[in-house]
Amino acid sequence: MGMMENNAKVAVADQVTTNQQHPLDRLLRQDRLPHIWCSGCGLGTALNCFLNALIKSEMDPDKVAIVSGIGCSGRVAGYVALDSFHTTHGRAIPFATGLKLANPELKVVVFSGDGDLIAIGGNHFIHAARRNMDLTVICVNNFIYGMTGGQLAPTTPTGARTSTSPTGNRDHPFNLSYLAAASGASYVARWTTLHVRRLERAIGEALRKPGFSFVEVISPCPTLYGRLNKQKSGLEQMDFYKKNSIIRHGADPRQADIGLTGQIVVGKFVDLDKPSYLQLQKA
Amino acid sequence: MAKGPLCGEYFISGDEACAEAGLSAGCRFFAGYPITPATEIAERMAGRMPDVGGVYIQMEDEMASMNAVLGAAWGGAKAMTATSGPGFSLMMENLGLGIMTETPCVLVNVQRGGPSTGLPTLVGQGDMMQARWGSHGPYEIIALCPTSPQEMFDLTIEAFNLSEKYRTPVLLMADESVGHMTERVVIPPAESLKLYPRRKPTVPRDKYRPYEADPDGVPPMACAGEGYHMHVTGLTHDERGYPLTTDPAVQERLVHRLIEKIRANRADIIRVESEGLDDAEVIVVAYGITARVALWPVELARQEGIKVGWLKLVTAWPFPEDLIRQLARRVKAFVVPEINYGQMVLEVERCAGGQAATHLVPHAGGDVHEPHVILEAIRKAAGKVAQ
Repeated sequence: MGMMENNAKVAVADQVTTNQQHPLDRLLRQDRLPHIWCSGCGLGTALNCFLNALIKSEMDPDKVAIVSGIGCSGRVAGYVALDSFHTTHGRAIPFATGLKLANPELKVVVFSGDGDLIAIGGNHFIHAARRNMDLTVICVNNFIYGMTGGQLAPTTPTGARTSTSPTGNRDHPFNLSYLAAASGASYVARWTTLHVRRLERAIGEALRKPGFSFVEVISPCPTLYGRLNKQKSGLEQMDFYKKNSIIRHGADPRQADIGLTGQIVVGKFVDLDKPSYLQLQKA
Repeated sequence: MAKGPLCGEYFISGDEACAEAGLSAGCRFFAGYPITPATEIAERMAGRMPDVGGVYIQMEDEMASMNAVLGAAWGGAKAMTATSGPGFSLMMENLGLGIMTETPCVLVNVQRGGPSTGLPTLVGQGDMMQARWGSHGPYEIIALCPTSPQEMFDLTIEAFNLSEKYRTPVLLMADESVGHMTERVVIPPAESLKLYPRRKPTVPRDKYRPYEADPDGVPPMACAGEGYHMHVTGLTHDERGYPLTTDPAVQERLVHRLIEKIRANRADIIRVESEGLDDAEVIVVAYGITARVALWPVELARQEGIKVGWLKLVTAWPFPEDLIRQLARRVKAFVVPEINYGQMVLEVERCAGGQAATHLVPHAGGDVHEPHVILEAIRKAAGKVAQ
């Protein structure tokens, strides 16, 4: 095949790509793709829901900033074509707090994982919720430390196997939605990556909510969590969510613990009208 | 209290002068956590920020304080925090993030006695090497040492200017004595202060590469909300700001620039003050409260006929290497009193390179040196028999 034909083929391929642009392309850093996430991971779905919610919110992308910590979920900041900050482990929330207070015009979204936000960043999480700080926090909860290779997380269900609990976890896990609600968040919802439309709607509500809004996204990690816990593929994990999720809006998040087996209660748990941090400053 | 920055003569503490200097320098964001002996800076900021339309927030710990300061800087504000040893240790993690992301801000450490909780209400100077090396990885840092409440004011202004000029966190390494000392402080009209503005991009948005440096090694800084959609990361990154963590060449290019933007501009950054160096055979090198304490023994030694000079390190980091090397060629000895068991003295000794002797006058902390102890060290260094 001659060079001319080759170039022509490439040009046609480019044309096809151009014509088939994904509606979310304008919000993604094309030159950073493909992403690093494994096949079957829920992070792509969570990001997709976030970007669709952002588009529907009609917010000016110039005025939206995203802050992540460290971990697989922390890489979200690197893929979105917004002002984006990839900070230190656990510290996304205080960084976001400074960003928001220095420029209250910004919509500041924290997108990170359970280990980052709740283990090393747990203190920042509860205090931002206590202040009802004007942030939206999206926490992808996959019950595991993914980036470092599958270690025990503060969310790992009792009994679950990980690389640092090879005979089964003997810790009690955190119930993140309950923690957020008890700490003072004005909006708390939990969905799995199976519930894409409901998750997208919840993120949209969270984006519009003054104060601390929290969306917990239960998400598969087949590579490091599922494989060791009888859910070998992303599909099997999604199937588990399908069989075991129960939608209960307004449920008391205290009653919404997540175990290794059994029900996952999902829904909108908290939607309160209480003064946000910025509203209190102006009062 | 006046709305807006102060102007005139005031009888205030070093900590209060530091807070007022922040306001005069245009600092409009302070995040902190109470800690003796730096608490008065936070208290002053809490009371005064509303007067200038700025933000004060008390965070849950010092890691959060340092991060909130970095976030605020990326939100477009001049921002600062203040702490002491235990909090300084906690801030080291995100001092590193500030260096790596080239975030202008000011971190004040009013040093107390250590290690650990140590002496909360009493003076120490034991964090000087932590200031230099406390965060992990290779980097350069700028650290200034005030010797009086007036210098708490002046050097806080200077710290903000250096942080903007070189796009890096700047440390104000004060100590409890200077922080709690109350003296006359002259505050000039805010409009008369020379303030270094933030270096903003001048290229169109689609041409902006956040880590493409100007010829002096410092890149212009867009802030969130300005439409540049930049990415900022603590990972090793290229000129686009994108992480590239498997290429040692990218690491070399970035770290080399981060270090050279300080090293190549040492002449612009470094400041010292001195007395009697011209004929000196012995030079007392000191900083912070100890530089002030050393003045009297230097004077007494001069009265005894000893040719002794006095060198005050206004800038501890970068260290005035060239100056010490030059002096070492023509003096007999350096005497270095400091309220620790030997930190800056190691730099003096390194630069003296065996050409002049170096004598540490240590102090574990809790008090300043007795002048006669420094005097005795000067006599010994000069080869005079103790009286």
